[in-house]
Amino acid sequence: MKKMWQRAGMMGAALATSQAALADWAYNLQPPASKVAQDVMDLHNLIMLVCLGIFIVVFGAMFWSLLKHRKSVGHKAAHFHENTTIEIIWTVIPFVILVGMAYPAAKVVIDMKDTSNPDLTIKVTGYQWKWGYDYLNEDVSFYSTLSTPREQIENKQPKGEHYLLEVDEPMVVPVGKRVRLLITANDVLHAWWVPAFGAKQDAIPGFIRDIWFKADKIGTFRGQCVELCGKDHGFMPIVVEVVSDEDYAAWVAKKKGPVVAAATTGEASQSAEIAAEQVDAAAEAAAPAAQ
Amino acid sequence: MSDAAHAHDDHSHGHPTGIMRWLTTTNHKDIGSMYLWFALIMLFAAGSMALLIRAELFQPGMQLTNPDFFNQLTTMHGLIMIFGVIMPAFSGFANWQVPLMLGAPDMAFPRMNNWAFWLLPVAGLMLMASFLLPGGAVAGGWTMYPPLFIQGGISYDLTILAVHIMGLSSIMGSINIATTILNMRAPGLTLMKMPLFVWTWLITAYLLIATMPVLAGAVTMLLTDRNFGTHFFNAAGGGDPVMFQHIFWFFAHPEVYILILPAFGIVSQIIPTFARKPLFGYASMVYATASIAILSFIVWAHHMFTVGMPVTAQLFFMFSTMLIAIPTGVKVFNWVATMWRGSMTFETPMLFAIAFVCLFTIGGFSGLVLAIAPVDIQLHDTYYVVAHFHYVLVSGALFSIFAGIYYWLPKWTGHMYNETLGKWHFWLSVIGMNIVFFPMHFLGLAGMPRRIPDYALQFTEYNQIATVGAFIFGFSQLIFLAVILKSIRGGAKATDKVWEGAEGLEWTVPSPAPYHTFETAPVVK
Repeated sequence: MKKMWQRAGMMGAALATSQAALADWAYNLQPPASKVAQDVMDLHNLIMLVCLGIFIVVFGAMFWSLLKHRKSVGHKAAHFHENTTIEIIWTVIPFVILVGMAYPAAKVVIDMKDTSNPDLTIKVTGYQWKWGYDYLNEDVSFYSTLSTPREQIENKQPKGEHYLLEVDEPMVVPVGKRVRLLITANDVLHAWWVPAFGAKQDAIPGFIRDIWFKADKIGTFRGQCVELCGKDHGFMPIVVEVVSDEDYAAWVAKKKGPVVAAATTGEASQSAEIAAEQVDAAAEAAAPAAQ
Repeated sequence: MSDAAHAHDDHSHGHPTGIMRWLTTTNHKDIGSMYLWFALIMLFAAGSMALLIRAELFQPGMQLTNPDFFNQLTTMHGLIMIFGVIMPAFSGFANWQVPLMLGAPDMAFPRMNNWAFWLLPVAGLMLMASFLLPGGAVAGGWTMYPPLFIQGGISYDLTILAVHIMGLSSIMGSINIATTILNMRAPGLTLMKMPLFVWTWLITAYLLIATMPVLAGAVTMLLTDRNFGTHFFNAAGGGDPVMFQHIFWFFAHPEVYILILPAFGIVSQIIPTFARKPLFGYASMVYATASIAILSFIVWAHHMFTVGMPVTAQLFFMFSTMLIAIPTGVKVFNWVATMWRGSMTFETPMLFAIAFVCLFTIGGFSGLVLAIAPVDIQLHDTYYVVAHFHYVLVSGALFSIFAGIYYWLPKWTGHMYNETLGKWHFWLSVIGMNIVFFPMHFLGLAGMPRRIPDYALQFTEYNQIATVGAFIFGFSQLIFLAVILKSIRGGAKATDKVWEGAEGLEWTVPSPAPYHTFETAPVVK
């Protein structure tokens, strides 16, 4: 009993003094960083308006009735119990409203599904419990794993700003380019999602499904796995760094770089040899090979 | 249940007393009571799991559980609430009320009725016991998606067995209910004169018979993939994990209407009584319910908008899902029209019924938002979905169950319940429920995924609010238990009619209803 009160007291104190968590009272979708995300936000705003309208009409009538048509104010019950005309009206009007919503929604569905003409293709693989990114055009591959220290999760250290939303190796993409993602999984279902881009796709082992996004601003965007995949489902986030074209090219070169260096010191592994062949065409190949 | 009823039939056929009475009873009132007690016990069991979940989610970081146990809690909370609380409770109402409302002496198959009930405690025990098995209880979500579901330990197989048993129970109960309704109505009681609660259960029974076997098929395929070398859901063997989702949701979408149609029926009995005015648009209500049931078979993939369906399929399921909003809306309008220009009083059943109409409508709005596929891409598998289904299942199905209990308890026990306690239960439940689940809309919009035991810092405030609300809501249910126990033991004597505006055959028998009623069929004009 005493322990329960102690716990309640602690809860109350925690509520009153929420420190690190700067109050985040977000009530809408995250700020869009792509046209698709903006379209989705616009659709959501439209639906909310429709719901607000219906809410006012229906609840208005109901609350009026609750106040005025009660026995305690002496209201006597009427006896009507059907009216075909009004039934038809309140079936047709919602139908028309729905058609009005369905049309813009269908356009966004079609747009989201059109993955043609990408500028860049990345294969995304969900693992228990991390992501793998393969830049198919560039032959760059790496894992992306949660980098929040265990001590923070176990409450032994204060939590960092991007607690549970930080990784060791983010996905890097150039701004304003159409990125096609080929998404699959290695073991169980996962799902890849970055809210700011409006891009989400289930990762299905043995199958490849594709989506696309085009980030329209530079910055760092975070998401999480959104399909239950076992015990660390909540601990395999996604981080995408959107950079300028030049920074992207530099990053690609850097990612390829260490592989080439290993090849020349004689420690070449199979993959390094293959990568070395690929890199022949790249500018860096000339210098290290000549050493 | 009371002594008077008991004494009446001791000499008519010397039925057993004590434990044997309850084990062997074929009486629809006894069986109805057992279903309801079972549901109440399961409500506290699964509710405690919810409180543990909310306690863990009070702050970022892991405080009380480890991630695997957390997944067990969320999975079992869902399975038990759906199969152990809501469905048995509605079956309990069907057992008590359908024969009374039809003027029938009992259900069509009284012995099968007994067996359909007793399967449930066995299944419930299996589910609860699975926490103690090696590996713990099922942790793959109540939706049981493979390949994750193939990875789990022995409790996964036991859970599959429990699901089969509960499915059998539902199928047998539904056969019983449908046969009773179609064959045992009193002379003069045509289908279009039946109380709406009977209609909603007739349609629900058909839905159950159609879809439960599909679930049985799906979980059997999981069982054979797990144990007998099949690869229905394994791409390496030529199978497809998404096929499970199609089969599962083909069952589970009608299932959610199974979970709400009886609620519509209960509320359609209560509102006319306390508005002292007939239900508005009876025929439309019947057709709307039937339309919802039929449409429920062609919308399932709206639970799968992110699997990567072709664009045509995406569009089809979006349109059909939006369509289902129309008959549902018609029902809401009809309830409001029933209240309109009535002469309302606000006893506890009416309070819960009105709260149902308001809060279920809010759940309906979030459902409409989710129906819009592009928006669902952002909201799928986030707390927005959790908010949506808790609004329709808690303030929808569960509140209708509360409403029905308060409404019919006086008929069952012969005593009026304590109205003050009832109102306390109502207000604390409504306020508590909204504090838990309204912030979850914002959490989902802000990007918090489902089924995670720990979360990023920006989600803290709403999670804390939700946890506080959960404890308020959870502990308020103890008031409900107190109301029921007090009403069984004593209270003001209830009349036959109980409520001034009540209509229907059940209000023509004494309160408490005698052990055997309508041994001679009444004639209905």
